[in-house]
Order: sequence, then C-alpha cells, then structure tokens
Amino acid sequence: AKSRRLSLFSCTDSHVVTMPFTRNIELGRVCLVNLACDPLYGKLVVIVDFVDMNRVLVDSPNITRCVISLRRLAITSLVVDLQEQRTPDAATLAAAMKACDVEGQWAGSAWGKKIAKQAARKNLSDFDRYKVMVARVKRSALIKKALK
Amino acid sequence: LSFPSHAPSQCALCCSGSLHQTPTMPQSAASAAVKRSRFYPAEDVRTPLNRNFTRKPTKLRSTITPGTVLIVLAGRFRGKRVVFLKQLESGLLLVTGPFAVNGVPLRRLNQVYAIATQLKVDVSGVNLPASVDDTYFKKAKKSKGKKSEEDFMAQGAAAAAGPIVSEEKKTLQKAVDAAIVGALAADEKAYLKSLFSLSKNDKPHDMKF
Repeated sequence: AKSRRLSLFSCTDSHVVTMPFTRNIELGRVCLVNLACDPLYGKLVVIVDFVDMNRVLVDSPNITRCVISLRRLAITSLVVDLQEQRTPDAATLAAAMKACDVEGQWAGSAWGKKIAKQAARKNLSDFDRYKVMVARVKRSALIKKALK
Repeated sequence: LSFPSHAPSQCALCCSGSLHQTPTMPQSAASAAVKRSRFYPAEDVRTPLNRNFTRKPTKLRSTITPGTVLIVLAGRFRGKRVVFLKQLESGLLLVTGPFAVNGVPLRRLNQVYAIATQLKVDVSGVNLPASVDDTYFKKAKKSKGKKSEEDFMAQGAAAAAGPIVSEEKKTLQKAVDAAIVGALAADEKAYLKSLFSLSKNDKPHDMKF
C-alpha cells in the first residue's frame, strides 16, 4: 500500500500535505537489485542498515548480508516492518518478510508480473515458441473475424 | 655415443630413420645390414612423419539422445526439424523427418549442422536393421563408359525424373515413419512439419532450444 508521509509543517487534518515521493529509502524498504553485472541481479532485498549517503546494508533470506550502492537498487513500493530494529538476524527478517507477504505482494504487483513474463518468454523452448506462434495466429484470426 | 633403445615408430625426436638402431657392441660385419654410416647424405633425405594415433569415436553432444528433435542448419533440408535415431560408425547422425511428415528421408547429418531442441519423441518402436550403416548411404559410383548420343539425350530426362530409390529403402522408410508417427501428438507432428527461421529480434545466443 502506498504510504504518504505528513509534512512536518501540516497543522490540521483537513490539509494533509503530501510529498510527491512515496518510496523512501528507509529501514525495511524492499528493493530490486537492478545492475546486470552485480551477483545479486534480479533479487529482492531488504534495507537493514545504512552505511552512508550512497550505500546501504541489504539482506534477504537467500543471500549473505552485504553492502550495496543505492545506485544498483531499484526501490519498490513494499516495506517490511522491522520494528525500528536495525540489522535484524536472519530468523527475524524472514519472519517479518513473511508477515508482510513480500513474495505474494511482489508476485501480484504489475512490476513483478512483468518480470515474471519476461523470464517466461526467455525460457521458452523451440517447441514452446512454435505453440505460442500458433496461438497468436489463431487469436489474431478471431480478432480479425470479430472486427469485420 | 649410444642412442636410447626404442622402437623407430615411437620416436618423435629423431627424424632420420637411419639413426634408429639398437646398439650392439661389438657390431659384427654380419649384423651390419643397417650399420650406421660415417657420412650422411649430401641432400636432405625426406623421411615420412610418424602418424600413429588412434582415431577416437566422434563425441555425441550430450543434448542429443535418440528421439531428440534436431533443427537442420545446412544442406538441402535446412530449417527442417527432424528426429534423431542413432549415431553411425562414422560419427554422423542418422535422422529422419519422418519422411511422411516433412519429406526428410533416412539421412545422415553431421551434428555440427544440427541444433538439438528440448523436445524428445518416442522412438522405442523403431526397429532399424543392422544393414543401415554408413555403407547404406554411400552413393553408387557412376560407371564411366563411353556414352552414345542416345545416352546423352536421355541425361536430361533422367535428371528431371529424380534419383532412383530402391524398393527396399522405401519399405524401410515406411516402417520407420509408421513407428515414429504413431508416437507423435498432433501438435508435435505440426511442429515437425514447420520450418525454423530467424526473424528480426531473435538472438540465437540468447534463445533456448
């Protein structure tokens, strides 16, 4: 869910000042490693601590906790509730991620679906590509017929 | 000087054959048949190089197993998808369309010109006689006799009629086809009928077959 942070200067409820930026770099933020040459490319990681302005410590159940540059990350709209505890241990992190259902939310999101679709297309065998071609030809024939 | 005693065929270093002799001390006149001469020839004598390796059988790619559908990349049937049957003695692959499906007969194919796809067809029902080997596919030698004018005129018609295939080959092809086609699903059959080609955004190194 999108969370909008209140500006420090809002005084009444009727005018809630919202920031144009909603995906903050914060504890528990789920990010996607976006640099192809990085060994973690394509993985979802959670920010568990900060090193400096450009680097953060990330962790995930399947990886070894490591420092990574923010430039290599694409920030998602998902946040894991870590109860303001920096660098949780593996079990706590896994439990928190399960509680927020990171996997399920990601799989249901448009971004996650797009990545899954790209991966599926890349893994098509020659026979699969043939079947897709047949299906597309059939579908377009139906569409053309319907448009007549 | 004593030369190491080894068989002439095993020596890669000493090129001159005349130097290969097991030294016998003392050398009698009788055993001096290959006696080492004091002088070597004025002109270099060519000795043949040793070629004593044993040919290893061609290694079959691990992705190619009996029943694998292969994409033919070169030759008369390029682009066709064929079924692999077995590897012959020469290392070439024995494949067939099947002929009834896409017109590729029992034929040999070099695995270098084949892409193995992930689709495997059931070929357990195919019984290939032992006579189907490399000699089965060898082209018959054309007799070089004197040709008369009639023969010359008949050449064109013979070429247009196509190659003469023996009845034996035809019956074998039919039997093999029946065994393979029987195990094919409808979409697999249509797939074998279709041709492979690359289109604009295809990157073969990125594609899975």
